[in-house]
Amino acid sequence: MNTVLELEHVTRRFGAVTALDDVSLGVEHGELVGLLGPNGAGKTTLLSLVSGLRKPDSGTVRLFGGDPRSAASRIGLGTTPQETGLPATLTVGEVVDLVGGHYPDPMSRAEVLGRFGMTDLVKRQTGGLSGGQKRRLAVALALVGRPRLVLLDEPTTGLDVEARHILWQALRDYHADGATVVLTSHYLEEVEALAERVVVVGGGRILADDTLQAVIGLVGLRRVLLTLPASSLLDPGALPGAHTAQADDHAGGRRWTVLAEDADTFVRALVGTEEPFADLEVRGASLEEAFLALTERGGAAGADPGATDRSRRDDDVEEALR
Amino acid sequence: MTTTTAPRPVARVRPFWPLALLHARLNFIETVRIPIAVLGNLLFPALALLFFVVPQRAVAEDPLVATAAVTQLGTFAVMSTCLFTFGVGVAEDRALPFDPYLRTLPAGAGPRLAGRVLNGVLWAYLALIPLVLIGALLTEAVLPVGRALAAVVVVPLVAVPFLLLGVAIGYRMSSKAAIAVVQATLFPLAFAGGLFLPPEAFPTWLDAISKALPSRAARDLAVQATTGYEAYAWAVPVLVGWTVLFAVLAALAYRSDEGRRFR
Repeated sequence: MNTVLELEHVTRRFGAVTALDDVSLGVEHGELVGLLGPNGAGKTTLLSLVSGLRKPDSGTVRLFGGDPRSAASRIGLGTTPQETGLPATLTVGEVVDLVGGHYPDPMSRAEVLGRFGMTDLVKRQTGGLSGGQKRRLAVALALVGRPRLVLLDEPTTGLDVEARHILWQALRDYHADGATVVLTSHYLEEVEALAERVVVVGGGRILADDTLQAVIGLVGLRRVLLTLPASSLLDPGALPGAHTAQADDHAGGRRWTVLAEDADTFVRALVGTEEPFADLEVRGASLEEAFLALTERGGAAGADPGATDRSRRDDDVEEALR
Repeated sequence: MTTTTAPRPVARVRPFWPLALLHARLNFIETVRIPIAVLGNLLFPALALLFFVVPQRAVAEDPLVATAAVTQLGTFAVMSTCLFTFGVGVAEDRALPFDPYLRTLPAGAGPRLAGRVLNGVLWAYLALIPLVLIGALLTEAVLPVGRALAAVVVVPLVAVPFLLLGVAIGYRMSSKAAIAVVQATLFPLAFAGGLFLPPEAFPTWLDAISKALPSRAARDLAVQATTGYEAYAWAVPVLVGWTVLFAVLAALAYRSDEGRRFR
C-alpha cells in the first residue's frame, strides 16, 4: 500500500496553546478515515498542516511523499472551503471553473454538479444559494480536480437529514472510485456512517486510532438494558462490573441503561441478586459513548459537557491507549 | 520541515499563464459585479481635474502644461487604484475563508499574483478614461497618436510597483489597518511625487527627496511619454529599484501569511 499522508512527531503551537502535541499519523491509499474530536481538539490545525496552509513548529508532514507547502505535492489533494466564504458575486459554474483550472484533469461542470444534484444551479451566483446548496457546492469543489486524497472539514454540519445522506452517498461513491478520504467531525453519526478507521483527537493528541469497531470496543464498555419492577430497591449501577447507570420510568417498572466495563461480571452479579428483572439486552456501546469515555481522559473534557458527570474509577482507558 | 524526494512521478502543476489569465478574468468579473468599489477610485482624479485644473485658464489653455497636469493626475489615478484595490482588496479577501481554500489548490503564489496584476493594470487603464475625456474636452491638452501609444506603454510601468506595494500591505495587515496604511502611503507619496503640485513649484530640498521616490519617477516618465519633456536621468533606475523592492516585499508577505492572524 502507498502512504498518502504521513505526520511524524508534529507539534504546532499558537502562542501559549499547543494545538498539536507530538502527533504521528499515517494514512494509506484507499482508506476512509474519520478524525473525531471536540471543538478545539486540533482537528482543523491538523488539516491545515496537511493542506500546506501552515507549517509545523517541529516534526514532518508529508503529502504523497512531498512537502504539502509545495504546489506540486497538492495536485492529488482536494479540500473544501467553508461555505460561508464562497465568492458571493461569482456563479456556481465560474467557481467550479476557477477551482478546476488548477488541476491537470478536472471534472467538467456537468459532471461535478451532476454528482451533487446541482446541475440546474450552474448560473446562480453563490451569494444567492441556500445554506445547504453552498455546503454541497463546497464539498463538490473538493472533488473537481479528481484528487486521490480528499480532506473534508465537518462536511455536513448544519445540513438536514436528506441533504446529509445525499452528500454521504456522493462521498462513498467517490471513495469507491479509489480515492482516499479523511474527514473531521464532531458529529458522531457522520463518522459512524462513513469511516472505516477512526482517529480520536483530544487536547492536541491522538487518543485512539483503530477501526470503527475497535475504537468502540477499546474502552470495553457494553450497554446493558434491563427492566426492574417499580418496587425494586436495587441500584444496578452499584453492582460489580457496572460503570454508570441511568433509569427511566417504563410501563410497570423502571428501564435501566447500564454502561458496564465488564458485562459478564455485571450480569452474573445481577442474576445473583435474584431481583425479578426482565427484557435483558447486552449491546456494544455507541461511538458517542466510547468517544466521551476517551476524551474525558484525554484532557479535552472541558469541551464536553457530558464528560463531567461520569465518574471513572480506574485507569483502564488510559492504559488501553498506551 | 524536510522534503523527501517523491516516491513516484508527480504530475505537473498547471502552466503559469493560463492560470494567471483565469484568476485575472474571475477577479475582473468579481470587481465588475460590485462596480461602486471602483467608481470611487475613477471619480476622485477626474473631479480633481475638473475643479482644480480646468478653472485655472493659465494651465488649461497651455497645451503642454495642461497635458502635464492631466498626466500627473493620471499617474495618481493609477497609483490610487493599485494601492486601494490591492492593499485593501487583498487584506479583505484574506479575511474571507475562501482565501485559505485557494491556497490549498495546487498552485503557488505566482499565478494568483499575476492574475491580480493583470486585473489591476486593466483597471488602471479604465481609471484614465474619464481623465482623458475631461482633458480632451475641457482643456487644451493634446495627445498625438505617437505619444498616446507611449502613454499606453507607460501605464503598466507606473502601475506595477504600486500594485506590488499594495499586495505587500494587503498580505501583512488586516483590512482595517490596510486602509489606514494605504492612505498614509498614498497621499504623502502623491504630494511629494509632484502628482498634485508640479515639482517645478517645489523647494530644492523637497525636489531632491522627490527624485528618490517611486511616485516622482513614475510621474516624470509619464510626463515624458505624453509631452516629450525629458524625465530626470535617474527616473528609470529609481522606478526599477522600487519595483524590485516592492516585488520582494510582496513575495515575502505572501509567504509568511498563514491567513488570519488568529485561530
